[in-house]
Amino acid sequence: MSEVVLAVEHLSVGYRTARGTLQALRDVSLEVRSGEIVGLVGESGCGKSTLISSVIRLLAPNTEISAGAVRFRGVDLLTLSEERMRALRGAELAMVFQDPMTSLNPVLSIGRQMADIQFRLPGGTREKRARSLDMLQRVGIADASQRLGHYPHQLSGGMRQRAAIAMALMMKPALLIADEPTTALDATLEVQIIEQLKALQAEIGNAILFISHHLGVIAELCDRVVVMYAGEVVESGPVRQVFDAPRHPYTRMLLACDPASIDERARTLPIIPGILPDLVDLPGGCVFCERCDRAESICITQRPRLEGGADGRAAACHFAGAPR
Amino acid sequence: MIALLRPHGLLRESLRKLRGNPLGFGGLVIVIVIGVLTVFAPLFATHAPNEVDVYARLQPPSGEHWLGTDQLGRDLYSRVLHGGRIAMTVSLVAISLSMALGVALGMLAGFGPRWLDRLLVIGFDTVRSFPTVMFALAVVALIGPSLNTVIGIVIITSVPAYARVVRTQTLALRERDFILAERAMGASTWRILRHHVMPNIAAPLFILASMDIPAVVGLEAGLSFLGLGVRPPTASWGSILSDGYAYIRNSPWPLIAGGIPLVLVTLGFTFFGEALRDIFDPRLRRKT
Repeated sequence: MSEVVLAVEHLSVGYRTARGTLQALRDVSLEVRSGEIVGLVGESGCGKSTLISSVIRLLAPNTEISAGAVRFRGVDLLTLSEERMRALRGAELAMVFQDPMTSLNPVLSIGRQMADIQFRLPGGTREKRARSLDMLQRVGIADASQRLGHYPHQLSGGMRQRAAIAMALMMKPALLIADEPTTALDATLEVQIIEQLKALQAEIGNAILFISHHLGVIAELCDRVVVMYAGEVVESGPVRQVFDAPRHPYTRMLLACDPASIDERARTLPIIPGILPDLVDLPGGCVFCERCDRAESICITQRPRLEGGADGRAAACHFAGAPR
Repeated sequence: MIALLRPHGLLRESLRKLRGNPLGFGGLVIVIVIGVLTVFAPLFATHAPNEVDVYARLQPPSGEHWLGTDQLGRDLYSRVLHGGRIAMTVSLVAISLSMALGVALGMLAGFGPRWLDRLLVIGFDTVRSFPTVMFALAVVALIGPSLNTVIGIVIITSVPAYARVVRTQTLALRERDFILAERAMGASTWRILRHHVMPNIAAPLFILASMDIPAVVGLEAGLSFLGLGVRPPTASWGSILSDGYAYIRNSPWPLIAGGIPLVLVTLGFTFFGEALRDIFDPRLRRKT
């Protein structure tokens, strides 16, 4: 079996607020193996952003990591010195952000920013320029040499995101974290960017942790999927199997809400009724039980554990063995 | 400092836009003319600035003395040029030092911990709350008049203005995505400040500096007028005015000679600064 690049182990992260500690992540575990693309799905507020911020360790000052570890190639990132952590960021562990309109410096040319990113690599201006040019061409930017002289506002959204991907992959990181990289783009571009990412991943051989709301993109791109709800992992497993036969009611309802899966024209799109539980004052049982359509008394009193099976799938539901 | 202006495209574009702005262009011309005349003052001067000629006291302008002479028969044109050197030296040295200090303190306040920010802001406000001239009088009374004193006073009183601009801009930038992206790419704080914050705040800083020059020149002239700036016989626009003041009934020439450059510097740098502001203001950028 291939090497585990990223292993999040029983991670619990909270934010200190005036009302008490908001438990943004509770006992979250997930693994990303080398060469693998893992999708992370969940509605807004489910802890995806907290999770990736914990991985790159760029957390708000009021954050509290109460338990767990984030292992990157076996090294716990949470106990690493800031110096060594910084050495990993960008080199071994890179990130693509959601909005390409704001993730590039508006006053520096693309070429300057790309050269700047290479501060760890040897070589003079010319070599850095050559590498930038090569990366831009690889992410599918036409007339790349001209683009190097352009400023971000002269590029379209899709092109900026390609440039951002080129920058993130410049150092050939072992893990790329993509935080909804296609959410800000239109559908056609989304497909192009996904294809490009897939091709580059195959070429460089890095692992990708891909965060998205878009289930179709996850199904298309990822090998495995991790479904999060209210700060917990509720289900994980190979993407095809999870999507074909979800074991957790939340996954099932989420899939039912995907506009792409709806065949008939409807006046209203399906929704999951209810709201997220209060993360400061959590219910005692299953976090999803208030919104779940098959909750029984055990769900209110007892918290289900994320039980993994031999098939690489896991679901945190009392009825995971007998899904509806 | 040169590196800050590196976006060549922007510089070229700015010059192009300046041409479409007559006042701003006029300002630039004045700035350049004054710059050349003062830097090469000994070349352009017709006399030595302190050369006394008692037989030619308080002369009106003539072929020999282009702007006339003062009460000791010193050539006013030459004195104005050399006085310009003093004015420019004070403003350039003081403003570049203020700017450097202001950038350092402002970034520290904007990027550093909250308590440090509070402390520095209280410091800036305290310094700013002193009336400049009162402060200057107190300092001169304490350590005596000299060119360095003037420069020191300007630095102390203008650092807070620069630091505040830098702090505000840094605070705004700090939360921007591209700064977070840089962090995620492993850039150090120093690297982020130097390569990403600095180019973003350079424009407002240069505008502020350009608008600040007349104020500094005025302050230097004011202090010299009061006899608290450069020591006689060194020529300064302020001391030319104060020397000529006593003879205003007989000969207005020293006052005119000392006053015109002050007016020109103020107008030139203000127009130029305003043009710079229009060029860099993103809201006006598309229109012009």
